[in-house]
Amino acid sequence: MRNTIAMLAAAGVVATLATPLLAATPAEEKDTFQTYFKARFPDVPFQEFANGSYAIDPIGRENWEAIEEFPPYETAIDNGHEMWDTPFANGKTYKDCFPDGPGIESRYPHWDKERGMVVTLPLAINECREANGEKPLKYLKGPIGDLLAYMAFESRGQVIDVQIPDDDPRAMEAYEKGKQVWFARRGQFNFSCASCHAANSGTTLRTEILSPALGHATHFPVYRSKWGEMGTLHRRFTGCFKQVRAKPYKPQGEEYRDLEYFLTYMSNGLELNGPGARK
Amino acid sequence: MPTRRCSAGARAVSAAALLTLATPFARADMPQMELNGNAEAGREIAMDRSKGNCIACHLIVGGESPGAIGPALIAIQPRFHTKEAVAKQVWDATVRNPEAVMPPFGKHEILTEQEFKDVVEFVWSL
Repeated sequence: MRNTIAMLAAAGVVATLATPLLAATPAEEKDTFQTYFKARFPDVPFQEFANGSYAIDPIGRENWEAIEEFPPYETAIDNGHEMWDTPFANGKTYKDCFPDGPGIESRYPHWDKERGMVVTLPLAINECREANGEKPLKYLKGPIGDLLAYMAFESRGQVIDVQIPDDDPRAMEAYEKGKQVWFARRGQFNFSCASCHAANSGTTLRTEILSPALGHATHFPVYRSKWGEMGTLHRRFTGCFKQVRAKPYKPQGEEYRDLEYFLTYMSNGLELNGPGARK
Repeated sequence: MPTRRCSAGARAVSAAALLTLATPFARADMPQMELNGNAEAGREIAMDRSKGNCIACHLIVGGESPGAIGPALIAIQPRFHTKEAVAKQVWDATVRNPEAVMPPFGKHEILTEQEFKDVVEFVWSL
């Protein structure tokens, strides 16, 4: 019986969110999305969703809390702080691009009306570098993870509040495209993001507990034990695509930025809690 | 570009339409074949992460640390009635249930034809 309800609820979520014909607003879709996960995990306090599978796996949580006593991302934060403070060759610093300081993660991703695209923080960082004659950083791993770790740390506690402006239909289009990416089946294994992170969240893939999608965007970059280093959200997207034997999209390309836009919007209301530590 | 095609098809698209997408690597209809595989070889495939990896989602007696996404692979014959029904399910589980997350092991050529026969034989024995 419970399985039937879960399946129908999941189908309901899928039907509501993935069928443009039903003309729900993004705000309504976000409510449906969040209600689904709250109903699926009724004992999890809302903000705890930002901790992923550690909100639903007591043994994993114990290990994670032990790790968090000496967080593996601390070096990254320190390195990132140094990067922030170190002037470019032309004498300017990141502060010249981001005058309000490093604690600005909650401003991203956002719709850039002038350029007609979703702008993410990593993209903005590289645009700052290039504007100042510096080489762009790689988007999946390496120093960008350090700088993002510092900025994420300085942004902890900020409430996610992604906006889809009314006065530009292209923003809505980007949201819809991101939504399609999330729900579409792909790869040789024919999985969508929803396959694991909606209706099968909380179940086990071998011994791995699948995390709910609510909260996915709150805690990047992450130090992942599996990687032995920091990685960005788009690195995780890339890994997931490869795991389902799908060809990944380009990091910080349109598809992943639109996906980030949709995914972060779905976590509106949660507090940022990066950088994170994960298995 | 298979990924592009998959991503263009929203979940709202019917399962029937999805099944008839002419992707170069997909064979929607299970071809005629003699289901005379080797069950022991099939067990290996079921436990092998790079092959069937059935244990990732299904409890299988004798398998370690099974996942719990799909139903337990037990009492298969009273549930499926014919070996062919099992074969069709492994070929493409979305035919019976469009919402199924189980990968289409036959249709997407995840397994070779021999591996497919072997794993069908194994599952049929459970």
